Amino acid sequence: MILDVFASPAIRSYSAAAGIIAGGAAIGGILFFLLLPTLIVIPMSLSETNYIEFPPRGLTLKWYSAYLSDPDWMAATWFSLRIALATTATATITGTMAALAIVRGCLPFRTALQALALGPLIVPHIVLGVALYLTFSPLQLTGSFLGFLVAHTVLAIPYVIITVTASLQRFDPTLELAALNCGANRLQAFFLVVLPNIAPGVAAAAVFAFLASFDEATVAFFISDVGGKSIGRKMFEDIDFNLTPVIAAVSTVLVATSLLLMGSVHLVNARKPRP
Amino acid sequence: MTNFISRSRSHRLSFRRLSSYSARFYSLSTSIVLATPLIAALAIGFLYPVLKLFALSFSGGTLAYYRRIVAEPLHLAVLTGTVQVALVVTVASLLLGFPVAYLMARLSKGPATVVAACVFIPLWTSVLIRSYAWVTLLQRNGIINELLIDTGVTDGPLKLIYTQSAVILAMTHVLMPFMILPIYSALRALPADYVRAARNLGAGSLRAFVAVTLPLSLPGVFAGSVMCFVLALGFYITPALVGGPGSMLMATLIGQQTTVLLDWPFAAALSTVLLAVTLLFVLLFRRTLSLSKGLNSVY
Repeated sequence: MILDVFASPAIRSYSAAAGIIAGGAAIGGILFFLLLPTLIVIPMSLSETNYIEFPPRGLTLKWYSAYLSDPDWMAATWFSLRIALATTATATITGTMAALAIVRGCLPFRTALQALALGPLIVPHIVLGVALYLTFSPLQLTGSFLGFLVAHTVLAIPYVIITVTASLQRFDPTLELAALNCGANRLQAFFLVVLPNIAPGVAAAAVFAFLASFDEATVAFFISDVGGKSIGRKMFEDIDFNLTPVIAAVSTVLVATSLLLMGSVHLVNARKPRP
Repeated sequence: MTNFISRSRSHRLSFRRLSSYSARFYSLSTSIVLATPLIAALAIGFLYPVLKLFALSFSGGTLAYYRRIVAEPLHLAVLTGTVQVALVVTVASLLLGFPVAYLMARLSKGPATVVAACVFIPLWTSVLIRSYAWVTLLQRNGIINELLIDTGVTDGPLKLIYTQSAVILAMTHVLMPFMILPIYSALRALPADYVRAARNLGAGSLRAFVAVTLPLSLPGVFAGSVMCFVLALGFYITPALVGGPGSMLMATLIGQQTTVLLDWPFAAALSTVLLAVTLLFVLLFRRTLSLSKGLNSVY
């Protein structure tokens, strides 16, 4: 076959060297392309000028102080933070209970329920955003804490269910049987035996729920309102109408939060032996 | 084998005999109680709004809004344009992402972690922030234009942003991790012995790759491609920020109809079409997608 030509020794050594150099450069370029946008917000938030320069002219923290002293930005940040924390609580509890019912319950419609629970993952966020906006609008729920909570819980639940289901399936059911054998009832067995064992999975699910709410931009864009604006909506508006490096400062804070949270989940789960 | 394993002390009115088999499962009433919050949340926040949207698209009892989609050339162009862009983005992600996935699967622990970090860091960054970064990179006085002018490649700033190419570039960047991870899973599952056996039988490394590795990685390629394509169809944030009026996609059209033109039944019709196409692809390829939907590979 023609490819066997490449197997001859002389061509192999030259082409190997050239291939490695070219391939390395190409791969390096692709990896740089992947990292560039995430990393670029950091120098941008510290740059003295309104636009980024190379080499940078000066370092300053003025964009961060502008962010922290701006009432609109702070209101949006606290709003998003409160919603994300509330969503984490509701989504983790609801999702864990549902995962228990799916994995360890005897529901006749279990498969359908699981498919439906993953629905928000499949439906494009734009469709969900528009649907929720049209539903909330006549009920005056746009920009409200409750509206956001409902919307973000629905978005976060699939992640919780997937994670906790995987965790439960790795959990040995005979441990719970042993607890029941020793006289515990179902509730005690759950809190004293099952929960401590699936705790890493539930913790990971909680992080996913938090980020699903905090980082979410599309649905939050549509159900935001003058009365309640998420940080995503505020960023979107400012990118369109008020492009300053304050956005870069906000972005750096958000990126640091996401990376810290996801990094810790990754580290915690990497230490566990995986089947 | 039936053993009286537990006589629940706190439920004197209804103790149940549990066998070592039935004790593995919660009772029906418990299961229903556990599943109720989920059903309530989905009903209120998911099913009702989507069904309401669906109903709104038929308001007036006619298919008029659907007819508008195919009748007016502008809207039809948006539909075909969206599919085109999604295809281009998928192919670009595949071409750029496959080498990265291959590297991740083949390198030793240390370097592989570095490459994995390069894939996970953008994945864990919010789409909004990445799109913002692209806006600043591509704008008139952005870094890329500055670099081109400083090195003398061009005289004046090029119009890089608010074009179709900018949208494709930014979307490829955002969707690449979704292409890389399924391919990585497929390549990881491939035993290294297969390639060694091929080399042992006389194949050069290129031939071994083409004849052994490539075909066996196809399930991952397929899963990643479907995932990328489906995600690209419904993308809103990136095209809305990076694209201009000349490169309108389905999602941005829906957004415009909803917030600017306030033509809600038409927006509902467009959304239903988008949802139908997405569901079609997901159902057609649900078995291949199961390779990539598992979040085991995401963290």
